Amino acid sequence: MEAIGVLMLCPMNSYLEQELDKRFKLFRYWTQPKQREFLAQQAESIRAIVGNSNSGADADIIDSLPKLEIVSSFSVGLDRIDLLKCKEKGIRVTNTPDVLTEDVADLAIGLMLAVLRRICECDKYVRSGAWKLGDFKLTTKFSGKRVGIIGLGRIGLAVAERAEAFDCPINYYSRSKKANTNYTYYGSVVELASNSDILVVACALTPETTHIVNREVMDALGPKGVLINIGRGPHVDEAELVSALVEGRLGGAGLDVFEKEPEVPEQLFGLENVVLLPHVGSGTVETRKVMADLVLGNLEAHFSSKPLLTPVV
Amino acid sequence: MENVGVMMTTPMSAYLEQQLQQRFTLFKLWESSSRTQFLTRRADSVNAVVGDTKIGADSELIDSLPRLEIVSTYSVGLDKIDLDKCRERGIRVTNTPDVLTDDVADLAIGLALTTLRRICACDAFVRSGSWRNGDFQLATKFSGKSVGILGLGRIGSAIAKRAKAFGCTIGYHSRTKKQITDYMYHSNAVDLAANCRILFVACSLTDETRHIVNREVIDALGPGGVLVNVGRGALVDEHELVSALCEGRLGGAGLDVFENEPHVPELFFELVNVVLLPHVGTDTVETSNTMADLVVANLECHFLKKPLLTPVI
Repeated sequence: MEAIGVLMLCPMNSYLEQELDKRFKLFRYWTQPKQREFLAQQAESIRAIVGNSNSGADADIIDSLPKLEIVSSFSVGLDRIDLLKCKEKGIRVTNTPDVLTEDVADLAIGLMLAVLRRICECDKYVRSGAWKLGDFKLTTKFSGKRVGIIGLGRIGLAVAERAEAFDCPINYYSRSKKANTNYTYYGSVVELASNSDILVVACALTPETTHIVNREVMDALGPKGVLINIGRGPHVDEAELVSALVEGRLGGAGLDVFEKEPEVPEQLFGLENVVLLPHVGSGTVETRKVMADLVLGNLEAHFSSKPLLTPVV
Repeated sequence: MENVGVMMTTPMSAYLEQQLQQRFTLFKLWESSSRTQFLTRRADSVNAVVGDTKIGADSELIDSLPRLEIVSTYSVGLDKIDLDKCRERGIRVTNTPDVLTDDVADLAIGLALTTLRRICACDAFVRSGSWRNGDFQLATKFSGKSVGILGLGRIGSAIAKRAKAFGCTIGYHSRTKKQITDYMYHSNAVDLAANCRILFVACSLTDETRHIVNREVIDALGPGGVLVNVGRGALVDEHELVSALCEGRLGGAGLDVFENEPHVPELFFELVNVVLLPHVGTDTVETSNTMADLVVANLECHFLKKPLLTPVI
C-alpha cells in the first residue's frame, strides 16, 4: 500500500506517524508552507485523511481532494469532520470509540476529586513550604454528592459506574430517556443542574449541543456546584463560565477542554477552585497506542476491501 | 458538666473547640507556654483529653494527669496514644472510625489519579502558558491496573470498592486473611508489591507495621509502580522512598502523610511524578464536623455514665 497517499493533518502521535510513513505514502500537512498549493499539487494522490480533535476534514479540504475515499479520525469526537459532505460523496469515516472511554471517564473522576478536595492547591501548598506555618483549610467531601451527566453514551455511562462506587446518586440528561438504567432522568439540562452538585459534560458536540451549558444552567448549578467538562470546549459558554467563576456564582470547575485550544482564559489562572488541563482526556501511553492501531487497522481494512473496524459513515 | 475538665491538645477544629467550651471547662494546651507550666496549674482538673494525629496522650502526659478518665481522639488512628498505659490505669479511649472512611478512601483514589494522570503537573502546564508551545507528554492509564492494598480494614475495603469500579484487580496483605474471595491475599508486603502496579498503604501504625514499606517492598513495586500512602508517614521508610524516586527505581508516589509532619523532604519537590498533600485525608467540612460531634458525644456518654459510642478501650 506504499503508493496510497495519506494526508495527516497535524502532529498527533509519533508512533502513528511512523507507521503511516512505513505503510503508505505519508503527507504531513503541517509541514507545508503553502497548504492550498500543496493540496492542488497532490489532489490525485491523496486517498485518505487522518485527523484528530484539533484538525479535521472540513468541507474545504474534502472539496480539494477528489480522490479522497476515507477519513480516519484519531479521536472519538466527530465535530471537526463535515459528515454530511462525506455522506454525499461516499467517503467513509472512522473514529476511535471504546478504546478511550475508560481514560476519559477516569479523568472526569480525577477532575471531580481534584476540584472538590483541592488536590493541586494542596500540592502547591506543601511545595511552597506553607504547611510549616499552618494547616490547609477544609475542603468539600466528594462521596455521596449528586452527579449529573449530560449525555449517557459510552463515556457518560463509564463516569456513572465510577461515581456510583463513591455512593454518588446519578442523574442524567439525554436526547431520550434510557430504558435500562436506574439513574434519574431529567428532561432539561437546567433541571439536571438544579438537582446535581456536580455537572459533567459527556455528550457529542453538534450544532444542537453547542453552548448547552449556558448562563441559565450555570446559575442553576449554583455557588456550591462544580462543572466538569470532558467533552468539547464549545459545549460551554466560556465567557459566561469565566464570569460565573470570578463572581462566585459557580462553585468550581474542572476543565479538560476549551473553546479555542490551546488558548485558556487567563482570568481562570488566579482561581483556586478550578483545575485546568490541556486536553489530555485520552492522553495515556496505553490508550494512544491502541487508538493509533485502530486508525491503522481501519485504513488497512479499507484499502484491502475488508469491512471497516469502527465505521461512522 | 462544667465541673468536668477537658484538655484539647492542639487547635484541631474551631467547631470542636466551641462545642467543648459550651459543655465543659475547656483547657487549651497550646495556649500555655509549656506543657510543664500547664500541668503545674491544671493537672488535677483534667478529667478528659481530646487529642489528634499531632499530639495524643503519651505515657508522660497520662502519668501527669491523676484525674484522667477518658481519652477521646479526633482521629481513627491510635498511634499517638499509649494504649497499654490507658489499660493499666483503667482510662477509656474512643476514636472516630467509620465517619471518616469515605473521605480517606476518596483521597486515596484522588492521589492515584492525580499521580498517574499527572493532573497537578498538567494544571501547572496550562497556567504557565506552556500549552501554547506544545502538548503535554503522555501519562499512564489508571483503569484496569492491578491494585494492592496494605491493610484491608474499613479504609482499605473502601479503597478496594472504588478501585473495582475502575476495573482494577485487587490484591491485599493483612494480618489475617479475609473471607472475600474476589480479592487475592498475599502473606507478606513484598509479594503484594511484586504483584501490583499501585500499592495503597491503609493499615494502622503499630510497632509491627513501622516501616512495613521498606526498600525491599519499594523495589518489588518497581519503576512501573506507584505508592499511595494515606496511613501514617512512619509506615514507609521515607529515606528509602526518596532515594527510590530520585533514582527512578519507583515510578511515582501520592503521599498524604510523612514521617515528620509538617516537614517534607525537599528532594520530593523536584519530582514531577509525586503528589504531596498536607495530611488532609479527613479535612472536609462535612467530615470534620461529624468527627467533632462524635468526640463530644463520646465524652458526654462517659460523664453521664452511658455506654461509649466508639470505644477502643
